[in-house]
Parts: sequence; structure tokens; C-alpha cells
Amino acid sequence: MNWDWHYSGQVIPDLLDGLRVTIIATIFGYLIALVLGLVWALLRRSPSRVLNQAVRWVTEFIRSTPLLVQLFFIFYVLPAWGVTLGALTAGIVGLGVHYSTYTAEVYRAGIDDVPRGQWEASRALNLPRRRVWFAVILPQAVRRIIPTLGNYLIALFKDTPFLLGITVVELLGSAYDAGAHSLKYLEPITVAGLFFIAVSVVSSLALRRLEHRYATN
Amino acid sequence: MPPTDTTSPADPLPERAADGTPGKPPTRVPCGIKFEKVVKRFGDNVVLDHLNFEVAAGERVTLIGPSGSGKTTILRLLMTLEHPDGGIIRVGDDPLWHMERGGKLVKANERHLHEMRKRIGMVFQQFNLFPNMNVLRNLTEGPVHVLGLGKDEAVERARGLLDMIGLADKEDAHPTQLSGGQQQRVAIARALAMEPTVLLLDEVTSALDPELVVGVQDLLRDIAANTDVTMLCVTHEMGFAKDISNRVLMFDQGRIVEEGTPEAIFEDPEEDRTREFLSAILAT
Ligand SMILES: Nc1ncnc2c1ncn2[C@@H]1O[C@H](COP(=O)(O)OP(=O)(O)OP(=O)(O)O)[C@@H](O)[C@H]1O
Ligand SMILES: [Mg+2]
Repeated sequence: MNWDWHYSGQVIPDLLDGLRVTIIATIFGYLIALVLGLVWALLRRSPSRVLNQAVRWVTEFIRSTPLLVQLFFIFYVLPAWGVTLGALTAGIVGLGVHYSTYTAEVYRAGIDDVPRGQWEASRALNLPRRRVWFAVILPQAVRRIIPTLGNYLIALFKDTPFLLGITVVELLGSAYDAGAHSLKYLEPITVAGLFFIAVSVVSSLALRRLEHRYATN
Repeated sequence: MPPTDTTSPADPLPERAADGTPGKPPTRVPCGIKFEKVVKRFGDNVVLDHLNFEVAAGERVTLIGPSGSGKTTILRLLMTLEHPDGGIIRVGDDPLWHMERGGKLVKANERHLHEMRKRIGMVFQQFNLFPNMNVLRNLTEGPVHVLGLGKDEAVERARGLLDMIGLADKEDAHPTQLSGGQQQRVAIARALAMEPTVLLLDEVTSALDPELVVGVQDLLRDIAANTDVTMLCVTHEMGFAKDISNRVLMFDQGRIVEEGTPEAIFEDPEEDRTREFLSAILAT
């Protein structure tokens, strides 16, 4: 089997389209994971035992079932209940919800790490609950967990090929399609792999810098 | 119903009372403190067993006593960081942890606690400044978001306080860039920015390097000399306690074993327990 440079060049535009989909899924999925994870983490601290236990079980359940099962559920089962989502949207929601159960744990650890004195000073200053969370606790918690949250961004990115399972043509899907079309898989799959590596490396470097910035001030 | 203040003398700062909605306590009226049969337990450990004592408005009282005698617990109950298991705590006539409903005292709701807390400020041993905010914002956060001051007014008040504590040039610094003594002075200013009528000080110099203690103590002497704030202070520094306090309460196992003027307690204590305690701290 010989590497065909010309053919490699030909498949690149299609792969770039796939990469675009992968990146869209990653960014929006991650945004959902960040916001929903925070919601879970805050609900876990709710004074209502029923609520925080319910959240605990739901997130535990989601975390311990495979992502692909959840994607199938959202894309193939939900329509039976009248919730029909486009493939990419379903994929984004699936990735976001799945990863929110991980980010929730990260937030929780970050919040637990904020010294008790910060809560007590907030109470002594009589700050309203919203200010305590958003001006005092979360800024300190998030700073400590940026590296861990960043790792989940990369993990989520590497899980995007699961969207193939619900017909989304993302990066790997576009490589597969190109290969199926010409019955030559080597070049498109390899190039797709290189794209994955390139994005991972670039985002790792970006994260390292972010981490460094937050560690130093 | 928020607590009402029925018996206090005229507000010394009338412009602050004018903003009060009916029933809102005028925050600048000096408040006394009263513990009535207060019980506090941690599990089986009864820390305060029907404790009674009173502090007059504007009085400066120092609490001393061996480790574990309940001094911090008393301050934390007042700051609503711990809740009592029995009895009534009053701050300026109003019960702190209870409110009146149809002539009976019931457990306070968060709103009542919020109103009552406006009367009280606390400075901690470990400063507890907000490390994610600069010095100025540490001082304006409460005035803006709790007292409802405008930004400019809060900044002006904060700058006035920074001047007073000698850190006018540090408003942009972050707490970690300050020495312990500077941090503690900022923490004191942060408490004062809320214009509390009761100030609680829990061993505020004991986490400091020896050479930084004086600056903080001088500041507190100043505050004691120039304000009418009621002070409850836990300290083992006898000279300092003499300078700022009218009265010393000696605690042991959650009970007051002796009380009197600083001179009486430190120079001529009557109880053996007090004498033992004082010689123990002199020895260290
Ligand atoms: N959060 C808590 N949980 C359990 N026990 C506690 C707690 N806080 C205080 N105690 C106990 O209550 C008692 C009184 O403690 P407190 O901190 O009020 O003493 P203190 O007089 O301030 O002592 P020190 O001089 O060491 O600061 C001690 O026996 C302590 O172990
Ligand atoms: Mg103590």
C-alpha cells in the first residue's frame, strides 16, 4: 500500500468540513458541560436533601452509562416522546450532558477547596447568597480547577467520533465517507488522525498557558 | 417582621436612619449584648451551659481564658456562624436568633438574621480577606451589595478607611501582596466599612509575626478611643487588653469564673483559676 499524496490533497477539503463539525460539537458541547455541570454542583449543595440526593443519583447514572447509549437515546428514542433533534444538535446535547456530570465533580471539588474562612467572612459581611457564590466562592474555586476543566475539554473533543453513531458527519465520519467513496482509506483516515492530534496539541498548549496565567496571579 | 428598635437613644448619624424603611433597625445606634441562659453543644460536648452575661452599649470587653473555654464560640454565636442550642442572645434589645411572633419568640428566619447581622462585624484570626479581589473591592463589596451604597460613596468610604489604617497606597494590591499585619488592618477596615455597632475580635494578632503586632494593636487602640462601637475582644495580650477594655471576663469551661476591670483581673485576681491562667500565659 502506497501513500498517494495527490489523493491526500483531494480529500482535505472534505476533512476540513468534518473538522468544522467536530469543532462546533466540541465548543457547544463543552459550553453545555460547563454550565450544566455548575448547575449540578450548586444543586448538590442545596439544603433540600431530596433535591441534592436526586441530583446525585441522576449524575451518577449518566456518568456510569456509555456516551453512545445516551446519544442513541437522545437521537432515536426521544422522538417517540415528541422531542426530535437534528443529529448535530442531539450530539451536542449528548456530549454536553454526559460531560456535565464530570465537570460537576470538578466544580464540587473546587468549591470544597475554598477555605471555610471565606464562607465565614462572607457571612460576617452579610453578603447575599448570590454575591457569596458569584463574587467570592466561584471565582476562587474556578481558578483552582481550570487545568482539570481543560482536560475535560480535550477528552470531550476526542469523544466526538461517537457522533458517527447518530449520523453526524464529523471529522472521522468525513474521512470514512471519503474512503468509502474511493475505496482508499489509508490517506483520509491518517489525515483525520493528524487533524485530531493537531487540535489536541494546540489546545493543550493554549490550556497550559491559561493554567500558567492563573497560577501566577 | 424585621426587628424594631424601641428603646435606643437618638441615632448619632441621623442621615443613615432616614433611609430606613419602617421597622428597619437604625444601624448606627450603639448596641449592647446580652446572653440569657445560652446553651451551646457540639455533640456531647457542652461548651456553654446556661451562660449569662451582659455588655453595655459602647463597652469594651475582653474575654480571656484557657484554650477550649468557649471564647471563640461566644463570638461565633454572635456572628451567627454557629447557632445556639438554647437560651436567648440579644444585640441591642432584639433577640439575635429569634423573632417575636404574636408575643412569642420563634426561630429567626434568614431575613431577620440578615437585618441583625448589619449591627455586627467580626475580624478573624486568619484575616479571611477575599484573595480574588483587590484591597479596595474587599472594602466596597459589603457597602455596595449589603448596605446599598452607591459605588462612588463606597469607594470614598473605603479610601477614608485606607487612609486611617495607613494603607492609602495599597488600594490596588491583592491581599497576597500584603504582609500579615497589613492584611489584618485591611480586614479591620473591611469590618468598619459596614459601620457595625458591635465589633468582634478573635485573637486578631495571634497569627502575626511579633513585629507586626504593634501596628494592628495601635489601630484598634485608635478605634477604641475614637468610636462608640461596642467591642468584644479575645486576646491574651494583657497590656493591650488594659488599653482598650473597660472590663475583662475570665472564662473557664464555658463559665465566667471572674470578672472585673483589667487592672483588677491582671494585677490582683481573686480566683485561683485566674491566677493559674495568668501565670501560664506569662510563662509563654
Ligand atoms: N466546630 C466544632 N465542632 C466540635 N467542637 C467544637 C467546634 N468548635 C469548637 N468546639 C469545641 O468547643 C469548645 C470551645 O471551643 P472554643 O473554640 O470556643 O474555645 P476557645 O476558648 O476559643 O479556645 P482557644 O483559646 O483555643 O481559641 C472546645 O472544646 C472545642 O473543642
Ligand atoms: Mg478561640
